Amino acid sequence: MIAETAPSVRPTPTGTRLDRLNPVTRIVIAIIVSGPLILTLDWLSAATALVAVVIAALAVGFGIAQIARRLGVLLILAAITGTSMALYGEQGGRVWFHWLLITVTDNSLTLALAVFLRVLALGLSALLLFGDLDPTELADGLAQIVRLPARFVLGALAGVRMLGLFAADWRTLALARRARGLGDTGRLRRWLSMAFALLVLAIRRGSRLATAMEARGFGAEDGPPRTWARPSRLGRADVVGIGVAVLIVVLAVAMSLGFGTFHWVGSAG
Amino acid sequence: MRIELTDWGWRHAARTSWAVRDITCTIEAGERVLLLGASGSGKSTLLHALAGVLGGGQEGDETGTMLLDGKHPTRQRGRVGLVLQDPDASVVLARVGDDVAFGLENLGVPAEEIWPRVRAALDTVGLGRLPLDRPTEWLSGGQQQRLAIAGALAMRTPVLLLDEPTANLDPAGIRDVRDALGRIAADTTVILVEHRPELWLDLVDRVIVLGPDCGILADGAPAQVFTARRAELLAAGVWVPGAELPDLGLPAYAPGPDLLTTEDLAIGYDTPVRSGLDLGLPAATATAITGPNGAGKTTLALTLAGLLPRLGGRIRVAEHLQPPARRRRFGRTPDPHDPGSWRAKDLLTRIGTVFQHPEHQFVAATVADELAVGLHALGHPKSAIDARVAELLAVLHLDRLAGANPFSLSGGQKRRLSVGTVLATEPELIFLDEPTFGQDRRTWIDLVRLIGRILGEGRAVVSVTHDPDFLALLGRHRIEVAG
Repeated sequence: MIAETAPSVRPTPTGTRLDRLNPVTRIVIAIIVSGPLILTLDWLSAATALVAVVIAALAVGFGIAQIARRLGVLLILAAITGTSMALYGEQGGRVWFHWLLITVTDNSLTLALAVFLRVLALGLSALLLFGDLDPTELADGLAQIVRLPARFVLGALAGVRMLGLFAADWRTLALARRARGLGDTGRLRRWLSMAFALLVLAIRRGSRLATAMEARGFGAEDGPPRTWARPSRLGRADVVGIGVAVLIVVLAVAMSLGFGTFHWVGSAG
Repeated sequence: MRIELTDWGWRHAARTSWAVRDITCTIEAGERVLLLGASGSGKSTLLHALAGVLGGGQEGDETGTMLLDGKHPTRQRGRVGLVLQDPDASVVLARVGDDVAFGLENLGVPAEEIWPRVRAALDTVGLGRLPLDRPTEWLSGGQQQRLAIAGALAMRTPVLLLDEPTANLDPAGIRDVRDALGRIAADTTVILVEHRPELWLDLVDRVIVLGPDCGILADGAPAQVFTARRAELLAAGVWVPGAELPDLGLPAYAPGPDLLTTEDLAIGYDTPVRSGLDLGLPAATATAITGPNGAGKTTLALTLAGLLPRLGGRIRVAEHLQPPARRRRFGRTPDPHDPGSWRAKDLLTRIGTVFQHPEHQFVAATVADELAVGLHALGHPKSAIDARVAELLAVLHLDRLAGANPFSLSGGQKRRLSVGTVLATEPELIFLDEPTFGQDRRTWIDLVRLIGRILGEGRAVVSVTHDPDFLALLGRHRIEVAG
């Protein structure tokens, strides 16, 4: 059995039922959930979606603490966008506060709440879906299921691995500037010389990587069709996942339509 | 697979001289060949050509013929394995199993055959006990090189090419790679580029030496080549087993008082990799820092050299080496005892560091400007700078390259220039990270002479190194960093 010999454990799995989803499915789910949330702008659909996402997350096995930690990070972002919406959002209804360009009204407060919840719902679903996404499995899925060209996908995958090396290069470059007596002043110039050196090193690393890949038969035009050591397949879990995503979206939009809060982006409230 | 070269040569695009030329030889299936030659004699170019990865007409001009079983190498791609010098460069994917499988996927091997072949290849190179999902970045340099060899072996290529696979490795890593090569099936042709032949003699049955001015200088059984052509090989900068080194003018070992001592020192980038270090660096003496890959040798050198902040304990610098205490208007006030807190400018005349990869420390557009950077930072007058640069160019044998871009130099020239940039400001304590790594015999002798000269001037040199010949000469005072 291939499935038994193929490596299955990721370096940092979350150990939830999300692991059974193909990475491509995760992208599709994210698109399904975020589409209506981006196109509409009312508080009820966002609140429904947020609650549904949290329930779904609990159902697939995320702990309350895991969810709370991610929400904590998002709260700051959501508060900033929400506040700016409250201060500068479209005016309407009772005016609560006015100072220069700032006008807080009934309408802007409702908008602020809608945006605040929206950022939480979108952010939470993205963090949960992509937080532990494995680049190798994503590449397998993109090439085998979406049928993106293998050259492009695997080239990008190998390139991602180089990012860590660039970070180490950058650090060494900074230490080397200090060793050359350039650590005290002229930050911009030093930074430019480091950027240039990093570029040279990156090009060199990139071309060496390309050589290593070519030497292993990658990208040969007259070669046999490529096979895949790790078959990427869609299964029942993926169908269920997408079904749940559609359900969340339908529920959110139905609620807002039903209670009359529905509101397209750009339309007057 | 039979390899036939007839008057073969290659010139990189936009170069006037040939990287390699006039190569005529035939290598039969299963031969084990050690390919030698001075730096710049075109060994790597030849290997890349055999692997079919030199590129087409846009990358350069080809002359003569190179045939693998009667076909051009670009049409045999995937049948020739190539292992590169830098372990980082050979690893393609993030997990051990996936990386070995990568070549098999490209060859179109059916999925059910891939994993058994991956396991067999990993067994051959002695990595059979690693889990297949082990991240490749967790492997040591020696393991990464063996992984690269496994990647080629799994493809069952009839030819395996290795371009200085052990240049970056510690003695244990070198031994492991050697053992792995010893286990390769007998019908596989192996062509190995290495600078130091003595380690490989029992594994090869033929030595081919590329001459400094193109063509093959010697070709035959190792014993015959090294005895009959000894003088020519030495003149060409090739290491010859058993050949004695000339007098390198090293001063006698006479350690002075300690320039720098540490007490319970802890080192590391963000988290300590070593702690509780108590050591001393004597004046006017060569000190060697040794230990396995990943033990923290470079981190130790960078910390002692005042580039990385220490993570605990103390560093004390001899009184005369301390910069004058001065308050800083912004930021911390430097502690004269701790080089990690000094201004970069204060380091220049006191503690110098040469990095393992010279490219990391080049900041100027020409060789001459590069040598002048530190002198400018110190605010020396232009005439004094010019005189010092001219003097250094002569010492480093770089006079004719004063206007060249540092990045365009050869490996040995870059190494000499990086040492020169530190010498320019005459620090009393000089750190060198792998100074002799990957150098041919001539450059090696040049470098050791240069270090002898520095010691003779009363400066202390601290080298991070694995090189046994270097240690034999300059390793009497040694700091061992345990694995």
